[in-house]
Amino acid sequence: MNELLKANILKWFGKGKRYDGRGLDEFRAVVIEQGVTKNAEGSARVKVGDTEVIAGVKLSVEKPYPDTPKDGNLLVNVELLPLSSPDFEAGPPGEEAIEVARVVDRGLRESKAIDIRKLCVQEGEKVWAVSIDICTINAAGNLLDASALAAVAALKNARFPEYDGKTVDYKSMTDKKLPIARFPVSVTVTKIGDSIFVDPTVEEEKVVDSRLTVAITDGGRICAMQKGGNSPLSIDEIGRMIDLAVAKAAELSKQL
Amino acid sequence: MGELLVADKSIVVPGEEVAAGMDFLPTEGVYRDGDKLVASRLGLLAVDGRLVKLIPLSGKYLPKRGDVIIGKVTDVTISGWRTDINSAYTAMLSMKDATSEFIARGADLTRYFTFGDYLVTKIVNVTSQNLVDLTMKGPGLRKLSEGRIIAVAPNKVPRIIGKQGSMVSMIKDATGCRIIVGQNGIVWLQGDPDQELVAVSALRKIENESHISGLTDRIKVFLDGEVKRLHLAPSMNAGNDGGSEGGRSEFSEREFQQ
Repeated sequence: MNELLKANILKWFGKGKRYDGRGLDEFRAVVIEQGVTKNAEGSARVKVGDTEVIAGVKLSVEKPYPDTPKDGNLLVNVELLPLSSPDFEAGPPGEEAIEVARVVDRGLRESKAIDIRKLCVQEGEKVWAVSIDICTINAAGNLLDASALAAVAALKNARFPEYDGKTVDYKSMTDKKLPIARFPVSVTVTKIGDSIFVDPTVEEEKVVDSRLTVAITDGGRICAMQKGGNSPLSIDEIGRMIDLAVAKAAELSKQL
Repeated sequence: MGELLVADKSIVVPGEEVAAGMDFLPTEGVYRDGDKLVASRLGLLAVDGRLVKLIPLSGKYLPKRGDVIIGKVTDVTISGWRTDINSAYTAMLSMKDATSEFIARGADLTRYFTFGDYLVTKIVNVTSQNLVDLTMKGPGLRKLSEGRIIAVAPNKVPRIIGKQGSMVSMIKDATGCRIIVGQNGIVWLQGDPDQELVAVSALRKIENESHISGLTDRIKVFLDGEVKRLHLAPSMNAGNDGGSEGGRSEFSEREFQQ
């Protein structure tokens, strides 16, 4: 049936329509809500249509990695909760969860979204570690973009806890924000047949030929890319996909 | 002497005692516990003479003999096909109920139906252990080869179909789409994308507003408005076009009367 689903979706694409009535280059409604959890230092809930993810930021003081003694640590983890889709199972993270986490991580890292030098407390000994945990509440397609958006929104929302040089007091928060330099936005451009489009639904994701996730900072600068799916892309296609991604990223950035 | 413990047409919750005494008889969604009748689902109580029935407000599809449903093939076994019928139970379609063709021993059954195929089938039997048997022999029962599948709440299916299939006929007439509504809440649609979108939003509207009275009129207004918006010429013989499929529309009528 996947071939038939694909054929039917392509028939619709030929008329510039999608199953939910959108055009090919349209995102579903994006809603970003900040500060949704009490225990995280920063949090955000992002809804893209029916897709819903929550991101939380925890800050702790840790020893830096030996090769970067002056830099803070960044860790991104994604949980694809079984409640969010019939296809997700409990247990250790699978390929998909790891990919989403890595794509979000790379987007933040390569865009130098956080000024990690400013997270240093004592060179080689103590730095702030930023861990971002992303949970899917409902997976209705396009988790990559929703997760990336949630991560940035949660970072933006985060405040440092009180730190006296020895212990971190999570009970009392300061007003100090994370040193965020840029706000990267990820846009995944998906290809089925010869059509390229953004923000795929679950049905469309089932029959994807290939996809390209482009992380873009304000001003349209590309900082990371990830290609997925089984089909190859031509240089011309990649060009068109990037153009679409940059245009969509500008729209998404306004919502942040 | 038996008596009703809750009023007719009131909402009951699972475990609620609805009637006392041996005069009332439990049917769908109600069971007997000693001399009491107890609701097993969340729903509206419907009392018809001595029969106490429960119209469910939520929940998965429960297979019933005679229902025409849309199932998805999930397994091909030695003797037939296992299908997902959007229920807690799976259903078996055996070789002899699938086709009147002769199938040689050891033949490759995926030639007929394969994984992921959607089939319009009819339930021939549901055992006490909830083993469900299907058949493909009957008017309109077939493999779906194009179009789009959506899922609706199974307990709204009667409202989507309407009296004598009036509601779904109205949608078909207004949008020119071909529609098959399975009793299990799986709906198949095929038509022009713009019109299909109108049909889908009409179905969703029915699903959401089925409890508010005047549903048919509202859906009619909605469809008229949408169709006008699209500048469509509504074809009044929707589903009847394509003479090659003479038997099909007839089947639809029959199916929707259930």
